[in-house]
Amino acid sequence: MNRSQTSGFFKAIGRVLPRQGLLTTEEERRPYECDGLSGYRELPLAVALPDQVEQVQKILSICAEYEVPVVARGAGTGLSGGATPHREGLLLCMTRFDRIIDIDPVGRTARVQPGVRNLLISETAGRYGLYYAPDPSSQIACSIGGNVAENAGGVHCLKYGLTVHNVLRLEVVLMGGERVIIGSEALDTPGYDLLALLTGSEGMLGVVTEITVRLLPVPSTARALLASFNDVEVAADAVARVIGAGVIPAGLEMMDNLAIRAAEDFVQAGYPRDAAAILICELDGTQAEVDRQVELVSSVLREQGATAVRVSSDETERLKFWSGRKNAFPAVGRISPDYYCIDGTIPRRQIGRVLRRIAELSKDYDLRVANVFHAGDGNLHPLILYDSSKTGEFERTEELGGSILSLCVEAGGTITGEHGVGLEKIDQMCVQFESCALEQFHQIKSAFDPNGLLNPGKAVPTLARCIEFNARHVHGGELPFPELERF
Amino acid sequence: MSALDRCDSIVAAVTEAAERETALQIVGGDTKSFYGRQPEGALLSVGEHRGLTHYDPTELVVSARAGTQLSELCTALANERQMLPFEPPGFGDQATVGGTVACGFSGPARPYRGSLRDYVLGVSVVNGRGEHLQFGGRVIKNVAGYDASRLMAGAMGTLGVILDVSFKVLPIPEAECTLSFESGEREALRRMNEAAALPLPITGSCYYDGILKLRLSGSAVGVSAATANLGGVVDSLNNRLWEELAEHQHPYYGSPLPLWRLSVPAAAGPLDLPGDSLIEWGGCQRWLCSELPAEHIREAVRAAGGHATLFRGGDRSGQTFQPHDPVLHRLHLRLKQAFDPHRILNPGRLYPEL
Ligand SMILES: Cc1cc2nc3c(=O)[nH]c(=O)nc-3n(C[C@H](O)[C@H](O)[C@H](O)COP(=O)(O)OP(=O)(O)OC[C@H]3O[C@@H](n4cnc5c(N)ncnc54)[C@H](O)[C@@H]3O)c2cc1C
Repeated sequence: MNRSQTSGFFKAIGRVLPRQGLLTTEEERRPYECDGLSGYRELPLAVALPDQVEQVQKILSICAEYEVPVVARGAGTGLSGGATPHREGLLLCMTRFDRIIDIDPVGRTARVQPGVRNLLISETAGRYGLYYAPDPSSQIACSIGGNVAENAGGVHCLKYGLTVHNVLRLEVVLMGGERVIIGSEALDTPGYDLLALLTGSEGMLGVVTEITVRLLPVPSTARALLASFNDVEVAADAVARVIGAGVIPAGLEMMDNLAIRAAEDFVQAGYPRDAAAILICELDGTQAEVDRQVELVSSVLREQGATAVRVSSDETERLKFWSGRKNAFPAVGRISPDYYCIDGTIPRRQIGRVLRRIAELSKDYDLRVANVFHAGDGNLHPLILYDSSKTGEFERTEELGGSILSLCVEAGGTITGEHGVGLEKIDQMCVQFESCALEQFHQIKSAFDPNGLLNPGKAVPTLARCIEFNARHVHGGELPFPELERF
Repeated sequence: MSALDRCDSIVAAVTEAAERETALQIVGGDTKSFYGRQPEGALLSVGEHRGLTHYDPTELVVSARAGTQLSELCTALANERQMLPFEPPGFGDQATVGGTVACGFSGPARPYRGSLRDYVLGVSVVNGRGEHLQFGGRVIKNVAGYDASRLMAGAMGTLGVILDVSFKVLPIPEAECTLSFESGEREALRRMNEAAALPLPITGSCYYDGILKLRLSGSAVGVSAATANLGGVVDSLNNRLWEELAEHQHPYYGSPLPLWRLSVPAAAGPLDLPGDSLIEWGGCQRWLCSELPAEHIREAVRAAGGHATLFRGGDRSGQTFQPHDPVLHRLHLRLKQAFDPHRILNPGRLYPEL
């Protein structure tokens, strides 16, 4: 846009929004320059803060007319750069859509606006004995709109599913400004499953302006087990054994020694500081059922070589067991100037082997790696510790991350289990998908957004980019050329 | 039955049809030809592309070629004390995995354990350009790329010929029990919703002819505790009840009238529609045998917040699925165009224009 077009655009957008709804000065825009992936920063052209769906519709239609890119943003806790602004684009911040519109205790649903924080839904539904199951570790801060866009998971997804399993209906505004309802309060809608397609679409297909989620009854009993191991691979193998015993725990998480010590120093959860790894396993259901499962799982864990198994005796202790896990990321943040979270998922039986290989890579790259992850789902979260003030260290970190993701694909897994591709993993998409599948993704995108204005440059790489990436990397991604610049 | 990989010949057949722009009618076991709009086009059989390609019980994941018989898959799982949690009906012994996914059918456990699409982890398909594509995978969590795998569930083959599917599976519960309650319709709907709001292992519900039935499944201790909690009469007479309901072998389905499937929110009260009805899925799935005009039925169901499908019988040349509003309709057309630009895959089976 030239200067007069830009001022025409600002005027048009300004007319739609309430006062203080459009931020244009550098000082005002600065706080929005990155999401949780702070290694990627960009100042947007402007930030819009609408609070009504009609405003979103008008904004998107004006942006379509001026051909201005739009990046939706929830709470900005995303870890893949999904909400990183576009330099020539409008950042559409949805935080003012912060109302819980309705909770229906009979039909067990909640109708909420996208800016509502994940945890607030469960807190509000709690008075009816209901809750919203997907519980990302960021749940005090992240928005439900961002959860839908990323198909967020959490520690209880093993038993209760991801966001896609718990959303019933969306109100979405398309790039031209049209409003459309996807899904319904019934259990299905005729035609294509657009609800599944929209969930996890990283703000590329439409802007979500209202969400109806399914609520579940709060289990009458929940108890957590804390098992210690003196070998990481033994702990990893125990994960598959628990599942193999026919038990689906409500959560099954693993932490390695570096993560255990960081968490212990931060919140004193009572973890064994000298253990090579711990597993936290939650079992829920009716009292009788839980008692039996606790017995069964304890004996499986002991047989598998756990050196100690503690069972929470009351709610306080259960929450204490979890506190270390839930605070593990910030805890790791205290022992290193920066950390970088990887999100590959692998088949459970590969966990031991892949963790061993990650430890080797960690040595090769001379960067510490802490592991704290959703073991029951096979969803790894290696945290690479680095210092961005040291030249070349961020680049080395990214290379290590890329190698870990290639390792996950090779092990039969995927480059992202819950954090999304965003900007961060866009090159690794070339490792995971054939070019015709990527081309099919581009066509899906065009079906919703023919001019490619919503969150451009994210999630799906262009074929040209993949050709370039593959030329730089020996197949399998194991031999990077660190001297070549990325981004 | 022996495993066979017919992937190449299916891809070749679609490529040829794409070049000639000739319509294909995709058939697995030919058990669900009654469903959807009238099929048309040259037969493309995927029934011979069969066999389990991957099964590791501790991973809770199974992969099968599309032509694998559903019964073969279920038996293989049952041998490891596992199951497809969404209990898909086959509507015939020859039912295949591909046809089941294309129709997106789920059974009695649907509202409690989730639907077919909830358990789809990955697919491989041939799109209408003859390209062999792989989406999703064999891991439980995967958000790389758009979720094109779940998009295939219920698409009636109009976006791609399904070649392989990976499902998440679960252990078969140790115990099961059915409870009966005498009740009026409104009362039954209320009870279904109340029961679902309790932390109890309910996995099925049905109301027909003045009787409400609830199924409980889980550990033996869990089920007996829940039974005590709910009251009612333990129903030990018909242990095939839930299978009969899913497969439409229950006496209710003997009517010669067109059969409608009404999908409504759980909290919707009794619908004001004359005709014999049966309620399932905690009130969310209601069946109606009726000759009322489609518009009349659809209007009543729309008012309740749901949609109506002409499931079996009646006029299949019109809309068997509830029509969309113009914006949704356009999105459907564009997605069809994105996957099948020549409109050769099961054209018109789902909607006339797709
Ligand atoms: C400490 C920490 C722990 C975390 N733990 C987990 C975890 O356990 N599980 C997990 O899944 N994630 C986790 N995350 C990642 C992150 O919290 C999730 O991805 C979350 O869903 C992002 O929500 P948000 O509101 O912050 O979205 P943002 O970061 O603002 O945006 C994320 C994406 O959603 C899009 N978007 C946002 N709102 C809308 C809308 N209304 N319409 C359309 N698109 C929209 C954006 O364009 C962007 O692509 C964690 C993050 C942190 C910092």
